Amino acid sequence: MATLTDSRKRELRRELETIVGPDAVLSDPDELLVYESDGLTLFRALADFVVFPTSTEHVSAVVKLANRERLPFVARGAGTGLSGGCLPAEGGVVISLMRMNRVLEVDYDNQLAVVEPGLVNLHLSWKVGPRGYYYAPDPSSQQACTIGGNIANNSGGPHTLKYGVTTNHVLGLQVVMPDGEIVWLGGRTRDAQGYDLAGVFVGSEGTFGIATKIVVRILKKPQAVKTVLAVFDQIDRASAAVSAVIARGLVPAAMEMIDHLTIQAVEDAFNCGYPRDADAALLIELDGLAVGMEGQLERIVEACRDAGARETRTAKSESERQLLWKGRKSAFGAYGRVSPAYMVMDGVIPRTKLPYVLSRVNEIVAAHGLRVGNVFHAGDGNLHPNILYDPRKPGEEERVVAAGAEIMKVCAEVGGSISGEHGIGLEKSDFMPFIFSAADLTLMQRLKNAFNPTGLCNPGKIFPTKKSCVEVGPVAYRPHAIEEKGLAQRF
Amino acid sequence: MSTPTHTSAPAPAGVLNLHGLSVDGVNQCVHCGLCLAYCPTFSELGTEMDSPRGRIFTIKSLAEGRMSLTDSVAQHLSLCLDCRACETVCPAGVPYGRLIEAAKVEIERQQPGALPRRLFRWLNFGLLLGHPRLLRLAAAGARLYQTSGLQQLVRRSGLVKLLPGTLPAWEALLPSVPSKAERTPPPRTTLADGPRRARVAMLTGCIQAVVFGAHNRATARVLARNGCDVLVPEGQRCCGALNAHGGDHARALAMARQTIDAFEAVAADFVIVNVSGCGAHMKAYGHLLADDPAYAERAKRFAATVRDLAEFLAQEPLRGPLQPVTMTCTYHDPCHVVHGQKIKSEPRRLLAQIPGLRLVELPESDWCCGSAGIYNLTQPEMATRLLHRKVGHVLETSAEAVVTANPGCILQIQAGLGAHQSPVRVLHLVEILDRAYGGGE
Repeated sequence: MATLTDSRKRELRRELETIVGPDAVLSDPDELLVYESDGLTLFRALADFVVFPTSTEHVSAVVKLANRERLPFVARGAGTGLSGGCLPAEGGVVISLMRMNRVLEVDYDNQLAVVEPGLVNLHLSWKVGPRGYYYAPDPSSQQACTIGGNIANNSGGPHTLKYGVTTNHVLGLQVVMPDGEIVWLGGRTRDAQGYDLAGVFVGSEGTFGIATKIVVRILKKPQAVKTVLAVFDQIDRASAAVSAVIARGLVPAAMEMIDHLTIQAVEDAFNCGYPRDADAALLIELDGLAVGMEGQLERIVEACRDAGARETRTAKSESERQLLWKGRKSAFGAYGRVSPAYMVMDGVIPRTKLPYVLSRVNEIVAAHGLRVGNVFHAGDGNLHPNILYDPRKPGEEERVVAAGAEIMKVCAEVGGSISGEHGIGLEKSDFMPFIFSAADLTLMQRLKNAFNPTGLCNPGKIFPTKKSCVEVGPVAYRPHAIEEKGLAQRF
Repeated sequence: MSTPTHTSAPAPAGVLNLHGLSVDGVNQCVHCGLCLAYCPTFSELGTEMDSPRGRIFTIKSLAEGRMSLTDSVAQHLSLCLDCRACETVCPAGVPYGRLIEAAKVEIERQQPGALPRRLFRWLNFGLLLGHPRLLRLAAAGARLYQTSGLQQLVRRSGLVKLLPGTLPAWEALLPSVPSKAERTPPPRTTLADGPRRARVAMLTGCIQAVVFGAHNRATARVLARNGCDVLVPEGQRCCGALNAHGGDHARALAMARQTIDAFEAVAADFVIVNVSGCGAHMKAYGHLLADDPAYAERAKRFAATVRDLAEFLAQEPLRGPLQPVTMTCTYHDPCHVVHGQKIKSEPRRLLAQIPGLRLVELPESDWCCGSAGIYNLTQPEMATRLLHRKVGHVLETSAEAVVTANPGCILQIQAGLGAHQSPVRVLHLVEILDRAYGGGE
């Protein structure tokens, strides 16, 4: 990639301004610095421009300009991502979609909505809530993250267990392709003809283009909801309870684990009602028809007690339920109470391996002299070990990265995967060979080339960067080659 | 270009600070972004620099020396309303209000502006807010200006446009000052009606006393009806909240000390405040004066006695008899009540006790109306956007009145509704309570 001279930069800024408007382009160094990372601060990179389009045509024109200039570009939503997926890894243009946040249409009869990518996930449920509907995928950051970002990462959430992930709720997309062409993938019905390109696009982490209109399903709110908190004195018993519930043929809407350290953080934050002396707690939710729910609830409580729960408690009111969920969904941020930074891992494992993997996680992190908090989607075996560290202490970032790589390896070894829902991004690109063969990766690369032949659309993500891949994971912030040459600077 | 620096996050020695004021709280932010969608300026602009997370990052970068205070940085920080909505949703407990106040002090230190601006700040923060007598005199002057026809003349003739700087905006928002009788303070002492519940001291405020003297007198009556001996300490002046929010740290400290002195003299059980910004600020005196050996302990004790009016009254059922107030109301949460003091259910519980009154919820009731101290004067464009948003929600509810608990919000929302020729009134909570007690003058 060519480095832009100051005068070229000024010219390009003017061109971008003619597309999106003068108050919709950032190029001041201090403003760009604020965009150096997403929710994972371990990775940092600077763009040349951040632009704020308000229409599909804007996005297309910006993409065409970037192609003409051979400038890399990347779409960004709220920047709550946890794998560095929206970072401008090689400079260029960040296309912020935060000003494209409208609900364009709601068709209640056909249970769908057409939205723009910058819409905050929860705001869609707020919009359709008064008519008795909601949008099911509920990442823990749903109060801030955008539907566009959810599309990129095929995001899940606690209720993934019963309702599936984002791809199960997307019917169609209008996409600005990496060359600036505007196409529709999928449609407005459940069974679109031809290749399922909407399915291919969801989860492509912004490397296949930029979605500018999204058709999503909205669901009728369940008739009844029951939420149980099961409290354990040993985390192994909580793990056993997870398997016991599923083994009895019960499918809760959500089944979340929250460990001792995490309980301290969320209780400090919002007094949610988790017992501070517990070693672990399971937050289990049932939803559906009111008929038969009491019976299911009893069987879940029984399974937890049989596995060794010291206490089970059913939320008595909607406010008590909301508070328990607030604690769960704020857990990552609440680590700020106990540590100045954290790195969240996102491994998936077979549920039965929970006790083994959790103990390995603890051993690995302890061996690196660090602490870990666990809060995760236990029902579908999607782990989130959060490694706590202090970026001001020399050497800690490197130790975090090393511990993270070891944890990912354990997940892969037990037959799991290196990402459940946070994406591969920059963070885990070098872990891909843990689970994919060279042939697998080549096929993926060919698919990427079909969508994104120039590679300008979100470069540097997903695919491993190193020739020999398995020995080390990615490293924390590295100065870019152009910085090393003194051609660009970091403020 | 200077030499490139490869340091990503330099490790600074000791506590992070901006010219001596600690901003170490920035390290609590783990960059999760859960605050973003609750920030009014981020919602309007979508730019990370104008979000809580972005501002915390900016303040951190300033303290670490990664950024310098350029005009652009100062603008983004100054665009913050200091509404503290982000604090309410922050799981990490970042003390955002303190951080932004420290940043504003730093902006004033580095960019005090040209002479007219400095003079104007001195006139307001130094002279008027610090000296109640001068403020009263200025109010009398403003009253004369407004009633003599001079104001109409100035506005109609276009003379107002000749005023320098932001003065035209100030002129436009100059609250209409009521007559001298209306500005009468409450009696020095009002004795409890019925069994005594507490001995309380009232903050009468600076601008509040001049513009909304009636609210202060109503507050004294309502407190007395609820079993309080109500004292109005002599020698109380401005609490210093406006100074602190405006980056005038040194005077804010002096005003806090002076307020503590005045209230300690009457030794009341509680200090009752009916202005949101003052209440939140006075509750933070302990932090503000933590480094002052003569006042640290006293400030902490004092702060522990401060209560917002609704917070205090809602601890017990309202004492009867209450007369019906037949109307449909909606409630707007002033930022420094709901976010600064985490008081949300109390005013609603009080209103629910009034016979005949129907309360409908206001969408985004806890969003800033754009008043935000003197924000509507310093950032008129963003203030107007937020006001439109607020007024739109108010009109959606079809309420006859908006109830709130802060003079700034009242003036701002009144102005917004006025621009829509809306008949909806804006009332202080205490006016409704006073009416239910058959009060009024």
